[in-house]
Amino acid sequence: MGVVQRGLEQRVRAINAYLNDIYHRREILKAGIVPEDLVFQNPAFRPEMNGQKVPHDIYVRVAGIDVVRVDADSFYVLEDNARTPSGVSYMLENREIMLRLFPELFSRYRIAPVENHPDELLQTLKSAAPATVSADPTVVLLTPGVHNSAHYEHSFLADKLGVELVEGRDLIARDQVVYMRTTEGLKRVDVIYRRIDDDFLDPLIFQSYSALGVPGLMSAYQAGNVTLANAVGTGAADDKAVYSYMPAIVKFYLGEEPLLKNVQTWRCRESAHLSYVLDHIGELVVKEVHGSGGYGMLIGPKADKATIEAFRAKLKSNPKNFVAQPTLSLSTCPTHVEEGIAPRHVDLRPFVLCGRDRIRIVPGGLTRVALTKGSLVVNSSQGGGTKDTWVLDR
Amino acid sequence: MLARTANNLYWLARYVERAEYLARILDATLRLSALPLAYVGASNEWETAVATAGCANSFFAAHAEANEQTVTEFLAFSTSNPSSIRNCFESARLNARAVRTALTIEMWDAINGIWLDLKRWGNGVSSREEFARFLRWVLESSVRFDGSAYRTMLRNDAYWFYRLGVYIERADNTARLVDVKYHLLLPADEHVGGPLDYFQWSAILRSVSALTAYHWVYRENVKPWLVADLLILKDEMPRSLANCYDNLVQNLDRMARAYGRQGSAQRQAHTVRARLENSRIEEIFQNGLHEFIGGFIEDNNRLGAAVAQQYLT
Repeated sequence: MGVVQRGLEQRVRAINAYLNDIYHRREILKAGIVPEDLVFQNPAFRPEMNGQKVPHDIYVRVAGIDVVRVDADSFYVLEDNARTPSGVSYMLENREIMLRLFPELFSRYRIAPVENHPDELLQTLKSAAPATVSADPTVVLLTPGVHNSAHYEHSFLADKLGVELVEGRDLIARDQVVYMRTTEGLKRVDVIYRRIDDDFLDPLIFQSYSALGVPGLMSAYQAGNVTLANAVGTGAADDKAVYSYMPAIVKFYLGEEPLLKNVQTWRCRESAHLSYVLDHIGELVVKEVHGSGGYGMLIGPKADKATIEAFRAKLKSNPKNFVAQPTLSLSTCPTHVEEGIAPRHVDLRPFVLCGRDRIRIVPGGLTRVALTKGSLVVNSSQGGGTKDTWVLDR
Repeated sequence: MLARTANNLYWLARYVERAEYLARILDATLRLSALPLAYVGASNEWETAVATAGCANSFFAAHAEANEQTVTEFLAFSTSNPSSIRNCFESARLNARAVRTALTIEMWDAINGIWLDLKRWGNGVSSREEFARFLRWVLESSVRFDGSAYRTMLRNDAYWFYRLGVYIERADNTARLVDVKYHLLLPADEHVGGPLDYFQWSAILRSVSALTAYHWVYRENVKPWLVADLLILKDEMPRSLANCYDNLVQNLDRMARAYGRQGSAQRQAHTVRARLENSRIEEIFQNGLHEFIGGFIEDNNRLGAAVAQQYLT
């Protein structure tokens, strides 16, 4: 975990520096390291954030970095999640269940605890409060509501954090201050841990038909009277095209070599890369730049001819929309399946918390497992499962 | 706490309480309808059941005739009647789900278990025996849920809002029951309708599970003015209007102390309780039972509105 932990911290510091830069001075564009259109044409880039100060210049308070291992000591980052990463409730609940089912294993090994994650998260969120808040800041968790697939996690976390789980209709913005409606009247809110996307935050600014958000929230946010965690516009740092520049981003801002490797990535926007990808499509994984959940991707070695041809056509018509990577041999983990214990591919999403004082990572994370034999798709929306993740204390 | 959370707890309690009340009405009606005509007269019990449930209008919009089959379907299993037992439990669970973190594990298990069991009953029942089992299940479910709340919830505002829901709904139910049967509940000096009405009175008592309580309180055989006295004024009777308002006043006072201020909800509850405390059943009959109950139902609705306005929005 040592090198992984330092690598994660480094990566998230670089992501925050990058976001601060693209919404302010744009040094990295001037230096020609990242192409301009990758920033300005990016649908997740929010012009409203130009020149906007965020507390401590930290945009991403909670990051989920997907890591895979391909041999004994090679860890690769597969994907950065800098918007509203989910899954932390599985990390906590899986541990609880394992403790209940296999108490003797826990007494035989020294397994680092993860149960303090909610406390660390609360510390992190409180430290993000606007500077004007003197007393104990009021934190809330903003959910889209019970119909969201992650609602259980939202309510679980709110409970563990001891904060109110609010929906848009529970909040009201008045004179650039956000309040929640309580049984004792309006109560001021200082930090919103929001688990809804930028688009749904404020119908006055973003999607005007959305009933999920809070009219006037952005104005209060821009006035610095409330902190949103994560900040608005962090998605500009975590799509799959920006990903390919991440080693350069780390070097540019931190002057360090990246501790965690990136998977080699061909950007189909560049013609040399595109022709390589078209020639080797049968060996590669081709992904949509803004895809998520394991959808809209082609796994070359596992696809039939027709699918490959269809993808080839899509690639040619809009190459900018795609990147390609070699098919990794992800590590496997013994997994209880119908035929007994068998190897299944896994990835790991540790959760990185950026507070004012320091970065916190509990030793563990969400291990996702592809339950279908040979499959590399671990996403829960496609039948993936989860596992408890142990970091052994020595 | 969030106003929406309080609102969900309040309605969660109301829906479970209403489901139980509907089951009691149906149970009492089943018994009445099983008696030979000579004992109960030619009145249509099923029509009365619909009126007592407070949904005569919506029932007759959907059905031409009130009989065992149409009424049990409508009050117990209908998906189109928002106040059927099925929909009460569905709504209760929806409210519970929206505030899962405000519930204890036991409460969630209870309400979610009810909801899962509900599927087992499908779209109805095929025999009276099965229906009786269903009604027993509803009663047990409601008791289990309420018991889990009583035994596991922190005694703070969440609990008080939950309790407000229980007692406002219960007061409304008891009042409606009396209102529909008021023509059977006669003062001591009027001619009593003979044995025909006896079974009606005991059916009323059964609807509020007070048949045994009656005998403990009065140590007499069932007399209509005493039934009215028990249901309206006896504060030791858990479903009486007086008892409901004792509880409402207590819970609202606790809230006022905790929040450091009181409002129209507290004033309204105190006013109604004072009226109940100062009433005697003879006077109520003198001034008209029907008018008294009608006034009470309006007052109770006013309290509901005051609570909603003061706390739940």
